[in-house]
Amino acid sequence: MFNTFKAAAEAVGAEVHRVRTNKDALALIKDFLLKEGIDNVAGAQALWANSSILSEQEKQQLSSDRPGLCFDVTRDASRLAKIGISEMDWGVANTGTVAQDATAIEERVVSTLPIIHIAILKTNKIVADLSELLRKMDPRKSRYIRLITGPSRTADIERVLTIGVHGPERFVVVCVDEPQGGNS
Amino acid sequence: MSQDFKTAIDNALNNANIATALGRFSEAYPPAREKAYADVDFDDIRRRVVQVKKYSSEHLEELAETFVKAAESSGATVFRAKSPDEVKQYILKLAQARGVKKLVKSKSMTSEEIHLNSYLKDSGIQVDETDLGEWIIQLAKTKPSHMVMPAIHMTKEEVADIFSKEVQERISSEIPRLVKVARKEIRDKYFEADMGLSGGNIAIAETGTIVLVTNEGNAEIVTTLPKIHVALVGLEKLVATYKDIEPQLLALPKSATCQKMTSYVTMITGPTPNNDGTMKELHIILMDNKRSEMAADPKFRQALQCIRCASCLSVCPVYRLVSGLVFGHVYMGGIGTILTAWFNDLQTSSDLQTLCVQCGKCKEICPAGIDIPELILEIRRRLASTQGLPFIQKTALSVINNRKFFHSMLRAAYLAQKPFEKEGFIRHLPMFLSGLAEHRSLPVIAREPFRDLFKKIKQPKGRIKVAFFSGCAIDFIFPRIGEAVVKVLNKAGIEVVYPEAQSCCGIPHWGSGAFDMAADAAAHNIKALLENDVQYVVTACASCATALKKEFAKVLKDEKMTSLIPQAEKLAAKTFMFSELVSKLIEEKRLAPKEGQSIQKLTYHDSCHAKRHVGVYQEPRAALTAVGYELKEMFECDTCCGMGGSYTVKQPELSMRMLNRKLKNIEDTGADFVAMECPGCLIQIGGGLDKAGSKVKAKHLAELMEDKIE
Repeated sequence: MFNTFKAAAEAVGAEVHRVRTNKDALALIKDFLLKEGIDNVAGAQALWANSSILSEQEKQQLSSDRPGLCFDVTRDASRLAKIGISEMDWGVANTGTVAQDATAIEERVVSTLPIIHIAILKTNKIVADLSELLRKMDPRKSRYIRLITGPSRTADIERVLTIGVHGPERFVVVCVDEPQGGNS
Repeated sequence: MSQDFKTAIDNALNNANIATALGRFSEAYPPAREKAYADVDFDDIRRRVVQVKKYSSEHLEELAETFVKAAESSGATVFRAKSPDEVKQYILKLAQARGVKKLVKSKSMTSEEIHLNSYLKDSGIQVDETDLGEWIIQLAKTKPSHMVMPAIHMTKEEVADIFSKEVQERISSEIPRLVKVARKEIRDKYFEADMGLSGGNIAIAETGTIVLVTNEGNAEIVTTLPKIHVALVGLEKLVATYKDIEPQLLALPKSATCQKMTSYVTMITGPTPNNDGTMKELHIILMDNKRSEMAADPKFRQALQCIRCASCLSVCPVYRLVSGLVFGHVYMGGIGTILTAWFNDLQTSSDLQTLCVQCGKCKEICPAGIDIPELILEIRRRLASTQGLPFIQKTALSVINNRKFFHSMLRAAYLAQKPFEKEGFIRHLPMFLSGLAEHRSLPVIAREPFRDLFKKIKQPKGRIKVAFFSGCAIDFIFPRIGEAVVKVLNKAGIEVVYPEAQSCCGIPHWGSGAFDMAADAAAHNIKALLENDVQYVVTACASCATALKKEFAKVLKDEKMTSLIPQAEKLAAKTFMFSELVSKLIEEKRLAPKEGQSIQKLTYHDSCHAKRHVGVYQEPRAALTAVGYELKEMFECDTCCGMGGSYTVKQPELSMRMLNRKLKNIEDTGADFVAMECPGCLIQIGGGLDKAGSKVKAKHLAELMEDKIE
């Protein structure tokens, strides 16, 4: 399932990583932030919305290691942030799609406004196709459902595919194998 | 056709940017679409879309009521608007009550339908489009030319000029650079706006949900940052249940933008919290604007199934020449013509409908199963019945239904054409007629019609007897083709009869919207052709085949001559196109290729009627290759040659552009012949090749078979 997901997501321009544990995911993201220059400059250059893979302790540790990273997702902070990080609820293998209940506005601003969006996805949450995804999600329970497939794109000028028009130019999926407590 | 409209067509045809941009687009679209549908079953997805949307179109009111209840219980405010004015006033009042100064919009065709932007702007509210294409259009102060890609008719250089003016800085025409400029310029607008307006691709009745299908991400920002969200949705976007959205989510990305999935799909059900802890205000406007009336019309109800993918534009051979700036009002192309006839009025669609050549490409790819060409004909019929046909056209159509009078007229025409004739073509015509022979030579009227020639061919008394329906063109212009048909059938030991009472098949009448005259033609020919006890009725004309196999029963039903329908069906069942019968005879070994033939290369032109109306396209290829021709397929082999019956006379410029593309595609194959099974296409393509001095010869398939078979 993961291999199909990865191939489909990469075909539409997403970057896909796979790690074993939450700790590995954390290390990967930390490294990513460093490479993107989110290190010692204080202020929100990267925003992280709620995520199950982070403990309070890890959050504090991260904040001090990466002063540019902020967990307090505000409208103003999102205006300037370069990277947004959030956790998805589901993946769809055959189209390389990720999906989440984005009722909380914080989930949406980190995934729509920054130039890079890192989406964390539990590998065991990847379903086969759209039909299965629609059975997993329910608009009666989630007020704002988002399906994301690759980076933001347009072909409005001369039908030439161009990425990053309003939303993220880079869409990075980090798949984590370690099952979530009780959710495996 | 009005003079203004004619001028608009000419301007578009002379606009090099349109030709370049749309030419490229229209060639790239079909293979890209094919790829998007590669691992799924298009017909199955279409069947499911039709099932959902047909149900919606039949239950509009019920679904609207369910939607209102569900959306209101989720905390949204729903306004049901009958007219565009009600929508505009509602939005303005709301904006004024909340002190809204700035509004950002994601793409909404429905808002364009009611000209919302100019109304709000005149009332002092700043409106900014955020979809890249729409923003370009807004800055250029022009109108969209495509329903999915509004600025597809513009080149990057034009866009660079427009952006440079907006940001007062010279910007290069590199597309990524242009996109960056848009990102930066529009970003601030989202944060400053007090209200966000979106459309809705689907509205789910059972849950009160609005579904948005997008790629740029602007709709998500428009529905997230401003504290008020207004969703403007046409009634036809309703579906009954949540699970009903799946077929559209499968079809729309593939048909609209050739993607397996768009970057974003968003489902909004009720208000969500803002960043400061307050709740967003969500207003959903369900707009009718004649959709209920349309749903009550048994013919036009199916147009409400449209999911606005615009694939009908993307494959239309006329659209690519003139763009949606000409071929459209707010909605474009074939479906646009139909929607205009309702959302505006029948009269507004009167010029637009003249552009349709009835090639049927749109019907073939429509994921919502809408018979667009037939609905355009229905518009033609309603226009003809309310306004009547132009006198000359009506007279001409009456004449071809009157075989005796038609004969004597053609005899006179044969004599009159003599001074202009050379090698079977008319290459120049005097004065005001010269336009007709400008790009293609015209065929001459034969000295002796086929019906007279036939009497001289002695028929074998065989076990199998067929009746030959020649159609007007073979009878009077190409009797040689008729002779070839008879010769081949005779070689298989088949006896051919020629029912003398046959007349024009009625396709020209039907295509002009004169369904009453078409029904008369049907009645007349059914009687003539069923008189003899024959096994098959054979025609070598794709248009006549369409009449005999498909349209007779339909038009008789339309004209309430239902008692004749069983006979029309009987006739349809025994009608074969020549190539169909010949490939069957070859397969049954009743005809065999002659030995020792030299191999010649040919390419095959699929006439619209043969390919898309009667589904005959494999048989002619099988027959021609069986007798030893090497087939070199041309690019766009089944794209219309521009003849379209009287289309070539009514829209000569467009017809010629289509012809020129066809001629180039034929030449590019390097074939010796271009074969076809439609005398109409033969007039167009044969005349075009002759005028261009080409070495490629246009031939009817029967002519290419007669000496290669025994």
